[in-house]
Amino acid sequence: MTAVQSFGDTRDVGSTASGGGAVDTHPVRRRRRRRLTGATFIPWLFLLPAALIFLVFKFIPMAEGIRLSLFEVRPFLGDVFVGFRNYATILQDEKFLTASWHTLVLAGGQTVGAMVIGFFLALLLEGHTKSLWFVRSAVFLPVVAATAVIGEIWRLFFYPAPEGFLNELISWVGLGPWEYIHSTDTSLVSVMFVGIWKHAPYDMVLILAGLAGIDRQQYEAAAIDGASTPQRIWNVTLPALRPVITILLTLAAIRGLRVFTEVYVLTGGGPAGSTDVWMTRVYTTAFEQSEAGLASAGSVLLFLVTLVLTVSVQWYRRWKEAR
Amino acid sequence: MSVNSSRFDSAIGWSTRPDAWVSKGIRFVFSAVAVILFCGPLLVIFSGAFDHNPDPTKLSVVPDSPSLINFQVAAENRIWHYLTNSLVIAGGALLLQLSVSVFAAYALARKKFRGQAIALLVILATMMLPEEVIAIPLSLVIGDLPLVHVSLKGTLLGVILPLGAWGFSIFVMTEFMREIPAELEEAAKVDGAGELRLFAQIILPLCKPALGVIAVFGFNMIWEQYLLPLIVAADPSDYTLTVALLALRSDDQVGTGIVLAGALLALVPSLVVYLSLQKSFLRGITTGAIKG
Repeated sequence: MTAVQSFGDTRDVGSTASGGGAVDTHPVRRRRRRRLTGATFIPWLFLLPAALIFLVFKFIPMAEGIRLSLFEVRPFLGDVFVGFRNYATILQDEKFLTASWHTLVLAGGQTVGAMVIGFFLALLLEGHTKSLWFVRSAVFLPVVAATAVIGEIWRLFFYPAPEGFLNELISWVGLGPWEYIHSTDTSLVSVMFVGIWKHAPYDMVLILAGLAGIDRQQYEAAAIDGASTPQRIWNVTLPALRPVITILLTLAAIRGLRVFTEVYVLTGGGPAGSTDVWMTRVYTTAFEQSEAGLASAGSVLLFLVTLVLTVSVQWYRRWKEAR
Repeated sequence: MSVNSSRFDSAIGWSTRPDAWVSKGIRFVFSAVAVILFCGPLLVIFSGAFDHNPDPTKLSVVPDSPSLINFQVAAENRIWHYLTNSLVIAGGALLLQLSVSVFAAYALARKKFRGQAIALLVILATMMLPEEVIAIPLSLVIGDLPLVHVSLKGTLLGVILPLGAWGFSIFVMTEFMREIPAELEEAAKVDGAGELRLFAQIILPLCKPALGVIAVFGFNMIWEQYLLPLIVAADPSDYTLTVALLALRSDDQVGTGIVLAGALLALVPSLVVYLSLQKSFLRGITTGAIKG
């Protein structure tokens, strides 16, 4: 016990000494002082590791990215300040414009698709029994599997020959054979499909949490009023889920805009650029064409779009709540 | 009346009566379809990895001719080396991330100090900053760290350090630590406990549930990393297993079975972590999403 006490004492002395000359020796007052303003360096000491890592690996790169976006980066030759020319170049670049279109389609399709499927999964699997819990855990597995792993297995399923796995399956119902990610017509939809498959169970979990919060008496009341099941879902369940749906839409839209890995492992942006999205474009520009300035401008633009999206959703939510 | 109220245990009104065979049957069939759709593809990885010569046209959930040959060939393609890279990164980054989060959360939740609101705001800002956005300048920073001018390019540390602090887990931890009653702390202080003892022996043990949440999320976030290890790598031997999968597949000498063996090795750790910390994971999704 003495060791502990002496340890505590030394800490106390140390913190008082650096607490801006707190000479008050009254034990109670001293303690209160410490709790309110106290040894100010101690909290910062605890925050230091996080602050250091964020500074070096988040804020400095961000500042560096903004700086680079205004320069033509020439390794070994020295960078040349070009103002907003990189931004102008990107916004007029055919490939970037196509990529932004693909990104929007992919983000929109995946967001809506995953939410609809997630909603039906949640309706199907709502309940407290052990077997339902088991099914929910199993269905959730695509969320925890790494995207690169998922990409490999779906590439195999998407084997374009008539004997390919999926083509075999859809031939049973008289469809196909399709070429999936290997044809410019179907590649984007195929990538979207894989994204929906991976993210729908995640949406399911959040919607399940929303469903659990709905007052059962509302269902009772609707049933007494003679509402059918679809009517009840439409008029009671969906309105009650609105907050959850707003959150899901925001999260998924931001995730969708910055999509990289799914596209990179499934198609690499091909065939013929038909699945090229904003981030794969930025990656190619930076690491294959070595245009760090252009690529940084592309990153900053993406950041601005996600920022505007996040902030406007927050405002909308505040405005909605205030009314 | 009690029968009636149990009817609305679910939005759709699935019957929970033991004799409701129709309702139960429909639900069983659809649940089975859901499990096949969402788990089937992952099972195919298992069977393909152990299949002597898996054919992309004849995938199944049971290997045709079971063997370990794929893993042997994969070993020649340095699969264990990639797995080691992945595991070292996951272990190191997770340990760092957990300690950094716990320390930061302790200051944010249990202390009052000038600049606290700003500190919180800055951490929130990091969460609004998508990793992908800073990838290009980050690759330059990693090649030449500010002030010390050390290059982390091609090192595992270059992947570990940027993952060491994560706004999400700091927030989850902070929210949780706020709930701990102040009386406990006061009592310990009266007993003469110092700052470190207070932190290590009073606060930390109470945070175990939240530690589970941030551990499983942290692992998942780290294992999912793709762009970061890709840009930090100086040559293919620095790849993590997930990044190496693409390189393996692009190699004409390497067959489907070997790629699937690699995919299986990349899948198993995430399954193990998820299945052992499942409750934390599902709890974290709901709280994390609603708070963030």
